[in-house]
Amino acid sequence: MITAEALDVVFNAGTPLENHALRGVTVDIPEGQWVTVIGSNGAGKSTLLNALSGEARLRSGRLLIGHEDVTRWPPHKRASLVARVFQDPLAGTCERLTIAENMALALRRGGLRGLRPALSRPERATLRERLARLGLGLENRLDDRMGLLSGGQRQAVSLLMATLAPMRILLLDEHTAALDPRTADLILRLTQTLIREGGLTALMVTHSMRQALALGDRTLMLHEGRVVLDLMGSERAGMTVEGLLAEFSRQRGEELDDDALLLG
Amino acid sequence: MSLVAFLGAIETGLIYGLVALGVFLSFRVLDFPDLTVDGSFPLGGAVAAVLITHGWPPLAATSMAVCAGAMAGSVTALLNVRLRILHLLASILTMIALYSVNLRIMGRPNISLLMDPTVFSWVEQPGWPARAWMIPSVLLGVVIGALVLVNLFLASRAGLAMRATGANPRMARAQGIATGAVIVGGMALSNALVALAGALFAQSQGGSDISMGVGCIVIGLASVILGEAVMSTRTMILATLACILGAVLYRLAVALALNSDALGLQAQDLNLITAVLVAVALVLPGWKASVVRRLTRRGAPANGRPAP
Repeated sequence: MITAEALDVVFNAGTPLENHALRGVTVDIPEGQWVTVIGSNGAGKSTLLNALSGEARLRSGRLLIGHEDVTRWPPHKRASLVARVFQDPLAGTCERLTIAENMALALRRGGLRGLRPALSRPERATLRERLARLGLGLENRLDDRMGLLSGGQRQAVSLLMATLAPMRILLLDEHTAALDPRTADLILRLTQTLIREGGLTALMVTHSMRQALALGDRTLMLHEGRVVLDLMGSERAGMTVEGLLAEFSRQRGEELDDDALLLG
Repeated sequence: MSLVAFLGAIETGLIYGLVALGVFLSFRVLDFPDLTVDGSFPLGGAVAAVLITHGWPPLAATSMAVCAGAMAGSVTALLNVRLRILHLLASILTMIALYSVNLRIMGRPNISLLMDPTVFSWVEQPGWPARAWMIPSVLLGVVIGALVLVNLFLASRAGLAMRATGANPRMARAQGIATGAVIVGGMALSNALVALAGALFAQSQGGSDISMGVGCIVIGLASVILGEAVMSTRTMILATLACILGAVLYRLAVALALNSDALGLQAQDLNLITAVLVAVALVLPGWKASVVRRLTRRGAPANGRPAP
């Protein structure tokens, strides 16, 4: 259970560049729920994810993961509870390290790292087997540098890495946005398999309204740092992209075209 | 070049190999441009020399020098991580401060160790090869030991965390690595190696001098770059080996340049030679690639793209 209470984030406070990115976001995410998040550019989607992972500092508000109050935890400490996949395929992995080394890092996310060898033989076999299930032929390239892989391959490995160690919540930040349509489709299917098989709690930011409704159990719409729409159950099942647009306009009392959201 | 000059070059080359290894850890692994080296090298020499002249066993004195180096490295890292001072500037501040610290430790600009026992004293036994042969051999053992330890560390969980911290800090934090603490640890290790080199240098050269660290960072960096230019650095083992090889080659090149009468170079030309060597090492990989390209392109039309 993730409980976010009135999360408030301000960037560059007190300067002309002040940006009130989150204005009191309150949301409860029960165990095993997959939430999709949409909103236009600057709505605060990425900031919400950064607030959960600890990269963005809260001005006020409280964050509980399980029964633990993690509000004051730095990102590296929260990593024991939070796994994430970045939008940029290059950001989630180290290109100078090999595939095996990257995965060894993820295997011990949030754990202690002593002087024992980074990867034992049985662990290596497990990683090889997990890679084989991606169906990308990467199981034979464990000792290749990450930098040799394509963006799509790297994102697939990032996703797999995020699920290697136990977590309370998986954060996906438009993780298919930088990929070509075919690869994006592959990554989305992989996401679905990993989340459902592992019964993971996940928060996925997406730029596509269709995707937001088709995947997951619940959809949040953010606008100017607030949750303006929270759909689940039958209400969500009956929702269409057009309906979502109309609902959004009604909520905000202003006209908005599809493009503004799609491009966001 | 005489045999003595050759062995001398190997000797200093191996010592600077340890400096290069330290510089490799900070510059390449942690991506932390660290000039502390210019202060931690004489710091190692100063601590070892003072303790030896006060009657400490040479091995214990050398160990304390290593600890002092680690502390110097942590100071630089803490200035950067905790006080958010730019890494390059943080290291310059420590380097400048160390000049005074080193003078305080020694109490005077130089200390002679010619009449004192050193870690190399035991090699002078009847029937054994001459000192000029023994010291490089002992140093080779020390360097191999340091190489093995550094590589074991880099292949460990903590070592991997350090490499990730340098390569992609955001990813490292997302994987639960406390990047600040890792930087402090890595910089301590790097400067510990440099101080070890300083302590060994003082003991093999017969004394410690306040100015022996001047340009140490350039020599270390030159060695790392030279090593990368002459051999593959695909794996960590190869990359660390390249540092040592680079340092030895660098000292040999310098000795060769200074010893050949035809060139007419003198000791004061050392820094010029260093600069030329670094420049050559920097452009060498580019030349290598263009030569390979030209060779593989034979038969293709001139000014045209090679046939697929």
